[in-house]
Amino acid sequence: MELVSQVHERNLVEFARKRPKVLVLSGDLTASTEIGLFKKQLPEQFFSMGMAEQNMLSWAGGLAREGFVPFLHTFAVFLYRRPLDQLEMSVCYPNLPVRLVGFLPGVSTPGGVTHQAIEDLSVLRGLPNMSILEVGDATDVESVLAVTEQIPGPVYLRMMRGQIPRLFPKDQPMRLNRARVLTQGTDVAVLSTGLCTEEAMRAVAAMRQRGVSIQHLHVSTLKPFSDPQVVEAVSKTKHGVITLENHNVIGGLGSAVAEVMAENGVGRKLVRLGVKDTYGQGASFPYLMRKHGIDAQALIETTERVVGARLGIGAEDLAAVSLQATAGASAERLEAL
Amino acid sequence: MSTSTLSAPGATDLPWADETRAIADRVRRRVLALTIDRNGCYLSQTLSSADLLATLYTRVMKLGPSEGAPIPPPFRGVPGRDGARFGEGAAYNGPQGAGYDRLLISPAHYAVAIYATLVETGRMSPEGLEQFNVDGSTVEMIGAEHSPGFELTTGSFGQALSQAGGIAMARRLRNEAGRVFVFISDGELEEGQTWEALQALAFYKMDHVIACVDVNGMQYDGATKDVMNIEPIASRVEAFGGVAVTVDGHDVEAIDRAIAQTPHEGKPLVVLSYSDSTRGIPLLQPRKPHLHFVRFKDEAEIAQYRAFAAEWQARTTQEA
Repeated sequence: MELVSQVHERNLVEFARKRPKVLVLSGDLTASTEIGLFKKQLPEQFFSMGMAEQNMLSWAGGLAREGFVPFLHTFAVFLYRRPLDQLEMSVCYPNLPVRLVGFLPGVSTPGGVTHQAIEDLSVLRGLPNMSILEVGDATDVESVLAVTEQIPGPVYLRMMRGQIPRLFPKDQPMRLNRARVLTQGTDVAVLSTGLCTEEAMRAVAAMRQRGVSIQHLHVSTLKPFSDPQVVEAVSKTKHGVITLENHNVIGGLGSAVAEVMAENGVGRKLVRLGVKDTYGQGASFPYLMRKHGIDAQALIETTERVVGARLGIGAEDLAAVSLQATAGASAERLEAL
Repeated sequence: MSTSTLSAPGATDLPWADETRAIADRVRRRVLALTIDRNGCYLSQTLSSADLLATLYTRVMKLGPSEGAPIPPPFRGVPGRDGARFGEGAAYNGPQGAGYDRLLISPAHYAVAIYATLVETGRMSPEGLEQFNVDGSTVEMIGAEHSPGFELTTGSFGQALSQAGGIAMARRLRNEAGRVFVFISDGELEEGQTWEALQALAFYKMDHVIACVDVNGMQYDGATKDVMNIEPIASRVEAFGGVAVTVDGHDVEAIDRAIAQTPHEGKPLVVLSYSDSTRGIPLLQPRKPHLHFVRFKDEAEIAQYRAFAAEWQARTTQEA
């Protein structure tokens, strides 16, 4: 498996060079949100807004009203937690094309509770006019900006940075409101999103070797959530459905899947793996994934319970099927917070 | 410090000033009539800001003719739904292209003052105001961007100045001439975002942004000085990188002069328009400082205000 560096950094410059209406607004985390190159190469489209997120959100609304497409860059948590009212009244209500590029979603930051956006999906799925995307690999990152062009209103994007894996073929771009079907199967449906998809892929590969038939979907559009592939996947499973996300179990992917299952009368067991309605702490992503039960091992243990069989997969088995032992977000270098 | 205080002029009344004062007077009377009719309205905000708004509309701003329907159409949906688009209420301020000024209303609770000013400046028909606070109408009690004269949705305070920054930056990026006026209430100076915005406007040298603050010294709970002190406003504005100018908010010529003549190259201008929230209606004075929403307590009081309004009307007719 290929590892790619600074994907968004380069992609954004390429995207904006051809689109003079695209502006980048920085919330004082320029290097940490991969817009240093943009600032250098397209300085006239770059604006430093300092540590003043309320102003930045409303300011972006003003720019968007005038036909510009501002891409706000800061850590995910700073885009919605403090400036929620500004996001709602200055951006969402008028349905403006403001792009919120949020880094370090969920517990993927050692920055602790202040830096961990564990309830962003829960909060933002409730905002009318809002669309929500989450990337899971380098191909997603390369294609997500083009996806935003199909959305006339505001977009919240859970972004990845640093060294990231390429899990999906480079020539198969992300599609709006269309999950990637990674494996076909009928015992269990697994739906994963974001950084958790790499974990899920490792677990699914190991479990398939043990004969478990798994329908695995990588979900990259959290809102709207009307992809017919989701209903198809959950309807055909014998044993149940498992969702895996780097987010609180309340209000994110698991909740969205639960809503779809209930509304379609899909009477299957659903297990939502995610942060279990608690705040995080400052620690490494692998440690926090293990602690909160959102890693490959957690998915295997949950699948065992759902199908009612021990699969006998140990850490060494997981390592053997791992897409690359040192790959992924867990290998991300420590960067400034 | 470059704060300046422009005193009231001598007896050099100009024809425009007479007309502007008359418009402000009619705005007050129209909103008083509405307050009596509906037994409740944002009357005091109108009384304090009528001169400032009338001066902006008739003298200061370069606006084209209204492009809004004389009688506002019913609410047709939120932006993004049912074909509704953002900022539709701005049509009453005319075209938005190069060369034109823009007016952004920050305190949406002043909606009735805006509507009445639109009526008195010929931008909306008097019948339009009859839809005030009627279900299904855009002439809402607390206006939003579909309401006549409104470009933004600002009922949650402190957001307009930042949005003005974005709009002004966009106009600069397009090399488009035209100023961006923001009408603000003094209570909003308590919001942290106001100061974030001023900081950013100064950082980007937005001298085409002019904030006009109706400093009536009142907020919901009472006098601003007792609820949360915001003074000294002028030196705070200057400390954040703006230029402050203090005027008598009922002196239309001073307001005009402050905006036209205060040097503020490279800096946003903040006009502090000190005003009286009972201006024109002394009957209200005993209620100070509790004037956020004026409602009459019984029939006797309504009769008292009816008589006052009739006397005011007769006096004006006689003067004319």
